[in-house]
Amino acid sequence: MKLERGDLLHLATGAAFLGAGGGGDPYLGRLLARAAIDAFGAPELCPAETVPDGARVLTIAMLGAPTIMLEKAVAGDEVDMAIRRLEAHLGETADYLMPLEIGGINSLVPVMAAARLGLPLIDADGMGRAFPELQMTTFNAHGVSTTPLALTDDHGTWLLLEAPDAGSAEGMIRTVSVALGCSAVLCSYPMTGRQAKDCSVHGTLSVARDVGRAIHSGTRSADPVGALIEHMRTTPHYAECRLLFDGRVVDVRREVEGGFSVGHLRLAHVENRDRHMEIVVQNEFLLAREGGRLRAVVPDLVCLVERETAQPVPADSVRYGQRLKVLGVSAPPVMRSPESLSIFGPQAFGLEEAFVPLESLADA
Amino acid sequence: MATRIGVDVGGTNTDAVVVVDGRVVAAHKTPTTADVTRGVVDAIGAVLAASGREVDEVEAVMIGTTHFTNAVLERKGLLPVGVVRVALPSTAAIPPLTDWPEDLSALVGGGSWLVRGGYQYTGEVADALDEDGLVRALREMDARGIRSVALTGLFSPVNGAMEARAAEIVHNEHPDAHLTLSSTIGRLGLLERENAAILNASLVDLSRRVVDAFRAALSALRIEAPLFISQNDGTLMNDGFVARYPVLTFASGPTNSMRGAGFLSGLDDALVVDVGGTTTDIGVLTRGFPRESFIESDIGGVRTNFRMPDLLVRALGGGSRVAERDGEVHVGPESVGYRLTSEAVVFGGTTVTATDVAVAAGLADIGDRSRARRLPGDTVRRGVERVQGIVEEGVDRMKTSAEPLPLVLVGGGAALVERDIPGVSEVVVPEHAGVANAVGATIAKISGETDRVFSYEKTERAEAIETATREAAERAVAAGAVAESIETLEVEELPVAYVPGGSVRVRVKVAGDMAGATAGISP
Repeated sequence: MKLERGDLLHLATGAAFLGAGGGGDPYLGRLLARAAIDAFGAPELCPAETVPDGARVLTIAMLGAPTIMLEKAVAGDEVDMAIRRLEAHLGETADYLMPLEIGGINSLVPVMAAARLGLPLIDADGMGRAFPELQMTTFNAHGVSTTPLALTDDHGTWLLLEAPDAGSAEGMIRTVSVALGCSAVLCSYPMTGRQAKDCSVHGTLSVARDVGRAIHSGTRSADPVGALIEHMRTTPHYAECRLLFDGRVVDVRREVEGGFSVGHLRLAHVENRDRHMEIVVQNEFLLAREGGRLRAVVPDLVCLVERETAQPVPADSVRYGQRLKVLGVSAPPVMRSPESLSIFGPQAFGLEEAFVPLESLADA
Repeated sequence: MATRIGVDVGGTNTDAVVVVDGRVVAAHKTPTTADVTRGVVDAIGAVLAASGREVDEVEAVMIGTTHFTNAVLERKGLLPVGVVRVALPSTAAIPPLTDWPEDLSALVGGGSWLVRGGYQYTGEVADALDEDGLVRALREMDARGIRSVALTGLFSPVNGAMEARAAEIVHNEHPDAHLTLSSTIGRLGLLERENAAILNASLVDLSRRVVDAFRAALSALRIEAPLFISQNDGTLMNDGFVARYPVLTFASGPTNSMRGAGFLSGLDDALVVDVGGTTTDIGVLTRGFPRESFIESDIGGVRTNFRMPDLLVRALGGGSRVAERDGEVHVGPESVGYRLTSEAVVFGGTTVTATDVAVAAGLADIGDRSRARRLPGDTVRRGVERVQGIVEEGVDRMKTSAEPLPLVLVGGGAALVERDIPGVSEVVVPEHAGVANAVGATIAKISGETDRVFSYEKTERAEAIETATREAAERAVAAGAVAESIETLEVEELPVAYVPGGSVRVRVKVAGDMAGATAGISP
């Protein structure tokens, strides 16, 4: 099955939803993917189960600040170069590309890369949502090495990195990416087909595409958010989806702590003014609490959507006075394993709460 | 005494008011004519005569117009634009005019040239401007006969020097070309800023003609007072500025109407329902300004990053046709528009409109009431219910809390709506509700804005905000504000996600009184 030009709008909307507020506006990624498909043709989308065990798989992503990417976009050559440099270092050519992250712009960058290089794309990723750091992947949780990796910019700068562990690799590339103008292309986590099958979140590209399609067709229905929730319940591993809150933003506080933006949103319920929800934001929406009670916590997804259209709302466009619905979505089982939770559970973000699956938390 | 004339040129009506010391002393409403300018002259002439004021008492004339929005929507009067982007090697994967509707890009896209140059997000040079490349591009453009240029530099909102240098080169090569620099109209986000610059460049011929015609209209009436035009955020530009930046007038109509509704009712926080000839806009006023939409704005199918008022638009107006289909009474979406005064039943015509139904139900007293009595009672009752249903549903969608807000009802069709609306604390129909948009134009100030990224590790927070505020004030003064009167309206600090080092995007908006006008209006 090919990923066609006509799928990109749906994929972008679904990826914005699965980004849980983070991962950057996929609009830019959609334009990049579309230009690449127009010039090079649509890439093949392959279910993870069909990838041969011995195949060479590379992941591809953009790294940096979405605000800055919206200005700088991409030249194009740096995407090819990141893959070619890592291939040269490995002494092997890639058989498949795979997204690192399904949430936000990084769902579309691999489509662009696969189209440009004529490589098939695996229908899976390593985050099942958006996360801020390179080590926060199911690949890392299940023993795949982050490095060697290649990092490139649009001026022909490239570097290869070996690091003792994923955390060190993250620290190094974060620093370097600032020197590269806060926008770079990253080819990392070289792995075999077997590892790709065992350590990824399966089916996420097609899930994102279908979620986006459901949002677009639901917009014309009487209850767009209800239609989205119904659709989520049909997906393979995001099936627990609930409406956590229907409210209006009454407070937005944002601070920079340790280089990352930490925010606190407060919503007042549309119908019952005694009900309030607090949402903790650190690039993504991490946690939702109502009256001190936990309603959902990372790695489960907290997603904010417009009440009237079910369009996903990115964290940095939340404003005072907006009317939003808050949805909780279960993370796929591979992301809730003890290994995964030790890498991207609540503690990894400095939260005090322990992880409790959405479906075990009391509903409102 | 401070005498101001406000004019709103809408799709259906052209409204004019004379406001003296914050009080409306005369109002005039005429159908918008094909010759829009003639209509403006007539409206100003009529309202001034009705006010009994002399032309030399007028301190300012403010006009809100849909000329430019309509030109883009209707693809009329647009120039082909030479698009120059100074950003290579960055951005090459997405050429200009990507994602534009094909008919519009065919009309406006005179050609695109990508040139090396640009800044980093810090404002440091990423690549020096390729001056020879720019000159080559300009010569090719000249050979194609292109006279309007839109120039966009990488990170130009952070550092405008390279765009300014490129502008010098454009003026040397083509002294007569119109030039739009992206940093003067847009925010961060190169594609959206570039789109706005291209739309602007395509409108400059039309805007000069329109502004010249407005000026000619004023001088025909012997009005020497300065002319201002409303922009999308409810503030004003002087006429010289709008001639160069027509794109900034987009969506000014609804903004004026909402601000006017707030002013006339004395309410700063309220729902506003503006019933026009063809459509009804429903919005929310927060602290005297319209709540802004947080969706990227789309103008004629082109994505820009202007902030627009958050409006719910319904196809309901005084001219909406009332028809029975499948046993149900429908109101709209078709409308007789400005032909209301010839086609509606109460005006001697044969088309049943929402206005006729309102007259028959006793809600309004317009035209010949006796003619409305012919309408079947059942149609009238169900038509009124339908109108009410559309408004109630819209109000419910726009409300942000269970707490009842007051609702201000304005616009030429305000009389169509019954006063009993659930979930609303009271319904206010202020005096002069029919011309709230023209009143809104007269109360506006002149604004300036900056949008930049600062590193709070390198620049103290207070210093960064001061720098941004100073730059915004300079822009406001350039647009016609009095420096001493400038106040800060908004300071927004947005940490740049996924970047260490305390990088913060700082956006500041300021506004001041118009230069050339005496003391501002106090409500």
